[in-house]
Amino acid sequence: MSVFRRIANTFSRSKLHQEIDAEIQSHVEMRIADNMAAGMSPEQARRDALLRFGNRVVMRERTTAADAATALDGFGRDLRYATRQLRRSSAFTATALITLVLGIGANVVVFSVLNAMLLHPLNVPQPGNLYHVVHKQQGYDNQSYPDYKDFQTKNSTFSDMAAYRVEFAGLSTRDAAYKCWYYRVSGNFFDVLGAQPAEGRFFHASDEHGPNSAPYIVLSNGFWRTHFDADSHIIGATVDVNKHPFTVIGVAPPAFHGTEVFIWPDFWMPIVNSPSGDTAEYLSNRFSHNLMVLGRLKPGVTPLQATGNLNAISQELAGQNRADDGLDARLTKPGWMGDQFGAPARSFLAGIMVLAFLVLLAACANLASLFAARTADRSRELAIRLAIGSSRWNVLRQLLSEAILLSVLGGALATLFSTILLDALTRWQPFPEFPIHVTVSPDPRVYFVALLLSIGSGMVWGLVPIRQIWATDSVQVMKTGGAGTFVFHRFTLRDLLLGVQIALCTLLVTASLVALRGMQRSLHAPLGFQPPGVLLADTDLHMGGYPDASTTQIQKRMIEEVARIPGVSSVGIIDETPLGAGGSSTYVYRMGTTDFRASTSAFDAKYYSISPGYLNAAATRLLTGRDFTWHDDAKGPKVAIVNETFAQRMFGKASPIGQSFLLGQGALYEVVGVVENGKYESLTEAPWAAVFFPLAQSSESDTSLMVRSPLPPDQVVPELRRVLAQIDPSLPFVFHTWLGALAFVQFPARIATATLGVMGLLAAMLAVTGVFGMAMYSVSKRKREFGIRVAVGAQPRQLIGSALKRSVILLLSGSIIGLLLGVVASQLLAQIVYEATPRDPLVLGGVLITMALLGLVATWIPAQRALRIHPARLLREE
Amino acid sequence: MARNDLQGSLDLLVLKTLSQMGELHGYGIVLHIQRASDELLSVEEGSLYPALHRMEMSGWIRSEWRVTETNRKAKYYRLTPAGQKELQSAERSFEQLVKGIRAILRYA
Repeated sequence: MSVFRRIANTFSRSKLHQEIDAEIQSHVEMRIADNMAAGMSPEQARRDALLRFGNRVVMRERTTAADAATALDGFGRDLRYATRQLRRSSAFTATALITLVLGIGANVVVFSVLNAMLLHPLNVPQPGNLYHVVHKQQGYDNQSYPDYKDFQTKNSTFSDMAAYRVEFAGLSTRDAAYKCWYYRVSGNFFDVLGAQPAEGRFFHASDEHGPNSAPYIVLSNGFWRTHFDADSHIIGATVDVNKHPFTVIGVAPPAFHGTEVFIWPDFWMPIVNSPSGDTAEYLSNRFSHNLMVLGRLKPGVTPLQATGNLNAISQELAGQNRADDGLDARLTKPGWMGDQFGAPARSFLAGIMVLAFLVLLAACANLASLFAARTADRSRELAIRLAIGSSRWNVLRQLLSEAILLSVLGGALATLFSTILLDALTRWQPFPEFPIHVTVSPDPRVYFVALLLSIGSGMVWGLVPIRQIWATDSVQVMKTGGAGTFVFHRFTLRDLLLGVQIALCTLLVTASLVALRGMQRSLHAPLGFQPPGVLLADTDLHMGGYPDASTTQIQKRMIEEVARIPGVSSVGIIDETPLGAGGSSTYVYRMGTTDFRASTSAFDAKYYSISPGYLNAAATRLLTGRDFTWHDDAKGPKVAIVNETFAQRMFGKASPIGQSFLLGQGALYEVVGVVENGKYESLTEAPWAAVFFPLAQSSESDTSLMVRSPLPPDQVVPELRRVLAQIDPSLPFVFHTWLGALAFVQFPARIATATLGVMGLLAAMLAVTGVFGMAMYSVSKRKREFGIRVAVGAQPRQLIGSALKRSVILLLSGSIIGLLLGVVASQLLAQIVYEATPRDPLVLGGVLITMALLGLVATWIPAQRALRIHPARLLREE
Repeated sequence: MARNDLQGSLDLLVLKTLSQMGELHGYGIVLHIQRASDELLSVEEGSLYPALHRMEMSGWIRSEWRVTETNRKAKYYRLTPAGQKELQSAERSFEQLVKGIRAILRYA
């Protein structure tokens, strides 16, 4: 308590004076009264009273001095003294500050991302009781609309459930047309989330009256500002979505961007409507699973109770509907498209957080050894202070306040830098064609963590010299001048810390090299197609208002016209490019199956619709059989091309050509060709079975035109654009190279590589300063010894050997341990990075060279210093 | 035997006075010590206030402005639990001092 009083007193000296004066005044007056009562005259009484007190000014000074003496005992003096000490040794302060900024900064950045992405990802009221309803099996996150409706009406544990899916369409006004990402949502979507409109109104469950009953859209605030100049007259206006009219009824508030962390859509549309106009089939089909279902738990209901409730409903549904065979439910945190991205992203971020923490630990280790060395350097000063009566506690408190002052300063700087960095991250848009923003803004929680980290790290490295101080024998230290008392042949805590740090650095360097090599290898991986030299022209014929029946005609014409462009070697069409953002799978059944359920299926296969010539354009090798022709159409028998995995799993060793299999509704398909295996969803996936259907038998409006040409893209695109515009000038196309489109699948690996690289760099810097500090310290402490050695004829090689032996041993053992840890860690990396393996001469060589270089950099100057020792000069100095 | 100086004994006198009388202002403390010691001890009034202030800073006593019976404003002091403890140890070390001095006087 009194600490604060004292500090307050030092600031309010004059108030203290007044109080003392008042107290003395009252004392004097009481004495005068008593004196007069005893018979003195008033003058006599006053004189006596004052005389007894002596000099009042001196008295007052003595009283305040008593106060100041105790006041200065507190922090004030410690802090001022610490500041002076730190200013005096600016090299130490600078090193310590840089180290701290790196360590704390890395943690603040990673924690901010973690905080924004995982801890409170959704910007809606009470996000804590929102859950996605997904299937038990990992990666199966989507529900069908009828299942959603059943879950919503039959459950007793959720206050309400909403459904949504993210889609892509062309929005046009009288003056302009845009390609937009939007959500199709159940009518209660905004009400379940608890969002309020910024302008106009939202739609509600009461607006839905069956298919195509609610032709309304709600604009996102960003889209409204950038495309409609924040004009509120847009409310009530009609716009076209894929040439179908919709009324704009409202605008969402600025911070609201739906229920996915990264995706910022342009508008929202009721799910009972669709831009193509045909929703009736979709709303009643239990087989098409492509909705995310989001529920808000009732107060007091645990996720476990809710899961039990939903599973009971699932079983009931499975008994009633063939399509729901094997239906089950699991809850997961929203914001990441269910678990598909959430689970890996969560574990990745958690892993990075651990790494960042390790970097901070390394920084602390470094500072601790730096600080211990400094304490040793100051041992004489400390010994004198102990000798003249300072308590060990006082000395310790002094050192500790230096450490904490530095840490808090470092933490403040680190927070400043990371705020700048995070601001840049927020403005970054990784893929121009996707509405993706990484919004990270530090909040009080982040600042609190930064403060905690600063003080915590300050304590950690400030407490290391305790033993040193406690063990200080002041007489001994003063006699020998400090230098001789520190034993150098024994391995100490300092060495252990440094070894750990080097191991950590090697681990990070190994991991980042493994990731880098994996990235590089993934560019040459056998993908089952060859992206270089291919241009993609994406379009959705629905945006041109074409009904499904006429799409094949248009697509055939496009292929024929584009093939005539000079320099184009092959052209084809596919509905979803492999390794793109989408892709679907379906159950396939063996011949003879009559009951079509998940449990009776042969397996789950990726499926695509392709035009004749696609295999050629994609450079996918046809192993046996034939490609499709335009005669494989609705009139001909149903045919399919399968990949090797499909053929092998369905037909075993037998030749697949001419054999048949069944799809969900019992449709029979004959295999006419087999193609090589490929990558379909991610670079690290296990081989999928895949099947290709002819476009003419399974019409698709949303497709990519694939154009292979040896010419550079900028020479082909203008001609391509002209030819396609001749077919239909109103059809919007997006042109890009296939290599560019692969950025999406490489994104996780890229992020991983970049993060590991940055962390590795941080750790390397810390390791260099650590080794440098230790080597330098050892050389300066042993100057006298070296001088004598030189005087008795030691060779430079011997000198360096004994000066740096310890650093080299530490470097070697730390590197070996780090490398071993790196091998283990690479197995974790293999989940995100293609073929991550440390058993690669380039990786091993790279790590060894890196560590050797670091060692060289760190020991070069100390070695030079050891060599330049001049015995005569040294003796003179002594 | 660290603090058996004059200041030590003044602290002891003040603490003991407050423990016997409960609450007193500075002038009252002076009068009480004089009276209780049969006029043998008289506190130097100029030393009393620095001592009181220091003791307050150490948390041994607490103070409060109040009005006296004669309608004057005065600062009243009272012992804290920490002061109670300090008093005990001060009494003990004073006993030691007295014993020590007596032993020396008796020696010969």
